[in-house]
Amino acid sequence: MGEDAAMTASLRTRTAIRLGQAVSELSRRAGRGQGSSVGGKVMLAVDPQALAAVATGHRVAMVSGTNGKTTTTRLLAAALSAEGPVTSNSAGANLLSGLVSTLAGAPPGALGALEVDEGLLPAAVTAIRPVAVVLLNLSRDQLDRIGEVRLHAESWRRALAASPATVAVANADDPLVAYAAHDSAGVTWVGTGQQWRSDAAACPACGGRIKWAVDGQWACDSCDFSKPSTTIDLDGNDLVLPGGARLTLDLQLPGWCNRANAAMALGGAIALGANAAGAVAAMSGVGTVAGRYQVLDRDGVQVRLLLAKNPAGWAETLDLIRPAPLPVVIGINARVADGRDPSWLWDVPFERLRGRLVIATGDRGRDLAVRLRYADVEHGFVPDYLEAVRATGESDIDLAANYTSFQDARRALGGSGVSRD
Amino acid sequence: MTDALSIVLLYPELLGTYGDGGNAAVLAQRLHRRGIGAEVIEVAAGDPVPRSCELYLMGGGEDGPQALAVRELRASGALHAAVEAGAAVLAICAGYQVLGREFIGPDGNINAGLGLLDCSTARGPGARRVGEMVVESAPGLGLPTLTGYENHAGVTSLGPGAQPLGRVLVGRGNDAGDGSEGIVTGHVVGTYLHGPVLARNPALADLLLSWVAGALEPIDDAEIEELRAERIKAAKSGRRRWPSPWRR
Repeated sequence: MGEDAAMTASLRTRTAIRLGQAVSELSRRAGRGQGSSVGGKVMLAVDPQALAAVATGHRVAMVSGTNGKTTTTRLLAAALSAEGPVTSNSAGANLLSGLVSTLAGAPPGALGALEVDEGLLPAAVTAIRPVAVVLLNLSRDQLDRIGEVRLHAESWRRALAASPATVAVANADDPLVAYAAHDSAGVTWVGTGQQWRSDAAACPACGGRIKWAVDGQWACDSCDFSKPSTTIDLDGNDLVLPGGARLTLDLQLPGWCNRANAAMALGGAIALGANAAGAVAAMSGVGTVAGRYQVLDRDGVQVRLLLAKNPAGWAETLDLIRPAPLPVVIGINARVADGRDPSWLWDVPFERLRGRLVIATGDRGRDLAVRLRYADVEHGFVPDYLEAVRATGESDIDLAANYTSFQDARRALGGSGVSRD
Repeated sequence: MTDALSIVLLYPELLGTYGDGGNAAVLAQRLHRRGIGAEVIEVAAGDPVPRSCELYLMGGGEDGPQALAVRELRASGALHAAVEAGAAVLAICAGYQVLGREFIGPDGNINAGLGLLDCSTARGPGARRVGEMVVESAPGLGLPTLTGYENHAGVTSLGPGAQPLGRVLVGRGNDAGDGSEGIVTGHVVGTYLHGPVLARNPALADLLLSWVAGALEPIDDAEIEELRAERIKAAKSGRRRWPSPWRR
């Protein structure tokens, strides 16, 4: 690039950032969310190279995958906080527009903990050249628009092979993730103990069959693709590090899935130079994440909010719901951000809810009601969230919902800070 | 009382991407509610396929797993034997394509199908066919309007004389220029309808069951009728409701 061109690009980037930040500010003042996406869109429209430019001088770890992105990014940001200022798209603005506006607003030299949409990870890796990429899992999600989960694994693999300075922190118990990280120059393999296997029956490398042993080892029956040996392992509440050192997690966030998220976040934090013990301690300070696990009090009824977006996520969330006979409210939408086809409801083991009343709600509550009917679960359909909560007749309940239904529920029940732009 | 019926769900881990395994639960429940025993047998890739069951189900899946499924089924020959013995088969999307004469594999090459249905599937032009579908069922099947969700790249041409499942009112269906959706040959049904199709269309579930269990008592499906009415209305209204960033 000639000197003139460099000057032009730099001026162009500066203009893009100023314009974008002005638009963000306008959007914020108009009460339309946090404005980071719309501002980022303006920046990228003015200067398509802005993402690479604003990333200069920041050491970044990205987090991507089907489930746990927002929570893991939050845990990673906490784990890095002892190392200095951290910038993070904590509101979940995980498209390129959200990344560019997050980095443009970051203090000089800040570490980056960035959540990235799984479809955009290759573009983000190419532009930002992160120090580390945390690859959580890949499973079916939003079938109507994303299509084939294997295509993500393939495009991740190509992007990482072309970014040799990037360390992949990869979930070794997810064959699709293992395939994606397989050709990376540096990999930290994390043993999470993931149980969801329904999307990895066919070998991503050769189309053969993946066979699982009782101890969680897996291997293809037709080629030499198999579970890599791990460097960090989740064992109950403990994280086992190389050399056998153990650190005990003390998370406020519930369940196996969040311990697995913490294991993955630790791998990312270590790749950025964080002290492992300090990182684990810092993660215990994370309480709610963008409203997940938050308890709302509406008219004397305590409602704990749980979010799950796809079959793998629901399988975890059903385990977090307080046990029968306590009723539970479940909200289902099928808007663009949820995926327009809720057929996945039939891949969720709702049979586990037998023995209690389930109130179905949301735009697609009727689909859920029919699913519950065939699962032999006592149920009702109440379209309005507040009425649905009241219909349980209880004063302390759980409400689980998918993406936009979760936001609707928060709004309807009076939760604060609901915004996504 | 009829003996328990066996429902075979073929390769749910390969052909279960779109919730089609729910069809097995629907069939089993609709038998249970009528006091008829039912057993769902899930057959994983590599396991032998039983030849003497009453109902066989195949779902949609991705290209790679679809090719693996057809290899296993051709090697076993069990599905052909079962169909000859009068079993009912419901095959959705990738499963439907597998039962035809040929389909396009992940490498773009033509794969031989099982030849149980007189149809062949090519990679269609343009974007995937994705969205709500409404189908007027073929006269003679005695079914009401069918509702479901399609999501496929392939277009399927029926052989001369092959009977479609119905005529597309909303959506794309077979999309080979004749306005048809799916195929019915004897007791073998192929369709692009997900939903799962039997959850949204209990009459089709009962048609399959009647083929192997004889006449059936009616069931109160009022709750399902509400869902059907909602989905058919939403599909026919045809309005694309784009998300507005200003309404959040």
